[in-house]
Amino acid sequence: MRMKRVAAVAMMASLALSAAACGKEGTPAPSGGGNASGGAQGDTCTTSGATFTPKADATVAGSPTFDKIKSAGTVTVGVKFDQPNLGYKDAQGKRCGFDIEIAQYIASTLGVDPAKIEYKEIASANRETAIKGGEIDYYVGTYSITDKRKNDISFAGPYFVAGQDLLVRKDETAITGKDTLKGKKVCSATGSTPIQKVRDEGLTEPENIVEFKTYSECVSQLLDKKVDAVTTDDAILKGYAAQNPDELKVVGQPFSTEKYGIGLPKDDKALRDYVNDQIEAAAKDGTWQKIYDGTLGRSGSAGSPPALERY
Amino acid sequence: MSQASVLYDLPGPKARRRNAILGVASIAGIVALLAYIGWKFYETGQFEARKWEQFEYAAVQRELLAGLWATLKAAGIAAVLALLFGAVFASARLSDKWVLRAPASFVVELFRAIPLLILIFFGYYVPLQYGWSIDKLWALVIGLVLYNGSVLAEIFRAGINAVPYGQTEGAYAIGLRKNQVLRLILLPQAFRSMLPAIVSQLVVLLKDTALGFIITYPELLFVGKQIGGRLAFGLPYVPTYLIVAAIYIAICGLLSIFAWWLQKQLGRMPRTAAKVLPAQDAGEDAARMV
Amino acid sequence: MGEFLRVLTDNWTLYREGFTNTVQLFLIAAVGSLVLGTLLGAMRVSPVPALRAFGATYVNIVRNTPLTLVFAFLVFAVPKLDVNIDYFPSACIALTVYTAAFVCEVIRSGVNTVGTGQAEAARALGMSFAQVLTLIVLPQALRAMVPPMMSVFIAMLKNTTIAAGFSVLEAGAIPAYMAERGEPQFAVLLWITIGFLILILPLVALQRFLERKWRVAR
Repeated sequence: MRMKRVAAVAMMASLALSAAACGKEGTPAPSGGGNASGGAQGDTCTTSGATFTPKADATVAGSPTFDKIKSAGTVTVGVKFDQPNLGYKDAQGKRCGFDIEIAQYIASTLGVDPAKIEYKEIASANRETAIKGGEIDYYVGTYSITDKRKNDISFAGPYFVAGQDLLVRKDETAITGKDTLKGKKVCSATGSTPIQKVRDEGLTEPENIVEFKTYSECVSQLLDKKVDAVTTDDAILKGYAAQNPDELKVVGQPFSTEKYGIGLPKDDKALRDYVNDQIEAAAKDGTWQKIYDGTLGRSGSAGSPPALERY
Repeated sequence: MSQASVLYDLPGPKARRRNAILGVASIAGIVALLAYIGWKFYETGQFEARKWEQFEYAAVQRELLAGLWATLKAAGIAAVLALLFGAVFASARLSDKWVLRAPASFVVELFRAIPLLILIFFGYYVPLQYGWSIDKLWALVIGLVLYNGSVLAEIFRAGINAVPYGQTEGAYAIGLRKNQVLRLILLPQAFRSMLPAIVSQLVVLLKDTALGFIITYPELLFVGKQIGGRLAFGLPYVPTYLIVAAIYIAICGLLSIFAWWLQKQLGRMPRTAAKVLPAQDAGEDAARMV
Repeated sequence: MGEFLRVLTDNWTLYREGFTNTVQLFLIAAVGSLVLGTLLGAMRVSPVPALRAFGATYVNIVRNTPLTLVFAFLVFAVPKLDVNIDYFPSACIALTVYTAAFVCEVIRSGVNTVGTGQAEAARALGMSFAQVLTLIVLPQALRAMVPPMMSVFIAMLKNTTIAAGFSVLEAGAIPAYMAERGEPQFAVLLWITIGFLILILPLVALQRFLERKWRVAR
């Protein structure tokens, strides 16, 4: 009975809030004026404009995953949702970004309409489990190809080669690469591999290392001048720079190599070969470039498709 | 000033004048402080329309409501389970069987000594280690239940122990069995005396859901951080956090007022021999709310 | 068991650094909140209505706000006001601001436990305000204050872990590092638990001892 009353109070509060919530429809678009908004696309998702027509006669002989997709008429894809221009979900629930469009392209070559994709947000630590357990059909989201992971799953690709790089304020001139970080505050995700590298190689002093749970928190601190650089894979950094090209830039001197692959079930070689063929085709016919230019490339940095590593 | 304070007498004419001067001075000080903060807000452009306009949109309001819903859902589930946990462990600690009492005491004392965040991490990281995928909601709920459940167990135990011993003696004297004594005599009285303390512990539980943001459970604070982090709106952290704080204060405040009202109602009820455990007033309880 | 020990020895520097920062954070915030809380407590029992109202407003706002939000406001919103505070001091301030509200309440209710008759009798004997305060009120109030005050500080020690979300490498930040290093989390978290038990159990024991020794019979 008490719980009921507690719940009633909570209900009243939320009712009061929702009664007040009679806002304008549509998506908020930043009005011009302040420098932070000029040129930025805001929070609304914009796609590269590439269209993916589902292949009507797609077949992958001997692939259990494909048979499952075909009979279901839909595909379940694991993605990220918090990386602008890479794997992002806006306030309206629309998804966009380089990884998202790669995922849509792959779906279309499997004969599935991209509009019918069922997206699942899978945290980095859970990716292998989700693929092994069949929770998702494939995963596209800054997924580095490593031998350790190949024990559990398999990779098609790489479809992108990233490297650890630095995101700085547009007017920054002192930071030009990893050896110019001494005495500068460097931010990255708590305990992540990039920040471990900074620590282990002594790129800056231990007291100048700043760590937050997510990269967007680091970017906020960068704009507030509380840190001087944000470090992680350049793909992620380019996404932030593309969101705010007037205030941010990527240094462009990567100091590591991360090959992003599409995570697939381990024993489905037929599907892996097929997906590799499709990535190759996209690289040849300009689809890859179109997707890149319309997403990550908006930050102004060029990119080109990497060589495949079949196995 | 109707009530005499322990520290000073009812003020005479001289003291009244001095208090009036002090009053004026402190009002001036408080106003100056607020004005300085307001000026700082204005100077850095916190009142600019751009920083506030996204809150006019239904899409953003829906986001906030979704965050609020996630907070209330976690708090609701955790509250029910924590009350159950508390009831089970309190009765085990009150048992006269040693095998029940000792482990229950150990569990309750242990979970009260571990930081809540670490308990949440147990719920979040350990399943990952064994390859089970766990919903963040449940990782958060597990932590909240273990901690708040243990605190509630202590509240229940104190409540039962606060019923004067004569009640138990009387009940046994008229031939009631142990379980009847607890069910018919002790619980109804203790329940009323515990209510306010329980409600304030539920306020604590509600506030603690905000820790979910560290494991990226999409509760109110997490949503606030996302909205505040939008570059295109000039990173409106200040307005967003003010709104989020107002929502927390409103909800917790309503619960606190409810606890206070309940305490007043119960205080008037003559039917219990137990002293009502205060909701907020005693230092003991203030300490519990941290 | 060997594996369990290895987790600690292999990562000893991280554990040591983490817990050192936890203790530092705790000590600084304890002193800070004691000072600020006493000031607020004095306001709440003062004869000036404006100060009482200010103290009450502060306590009610802070007590109904999650500590995590106080942290987030200091680290993300305050820099927008052109006030630049480093992360460790920010964490100290957040803990101080939050805990002071609870310290204030302990002090206020402690003073209120002393019967008015006590002070009236003292004043009737001709004692001055300072004498009433130091000889009559405080000695009694302190005994009522100490146990709940210890609870507040024990809770605050546990609350320092929240700073992990705001770029302070203290004990609460250890799991995120270990996740990246691929260490078994169960062992990692057990060691953190043990660390906190070592810090907290003596405080709890002291609190129980003082509670028994100083129980005020009224």
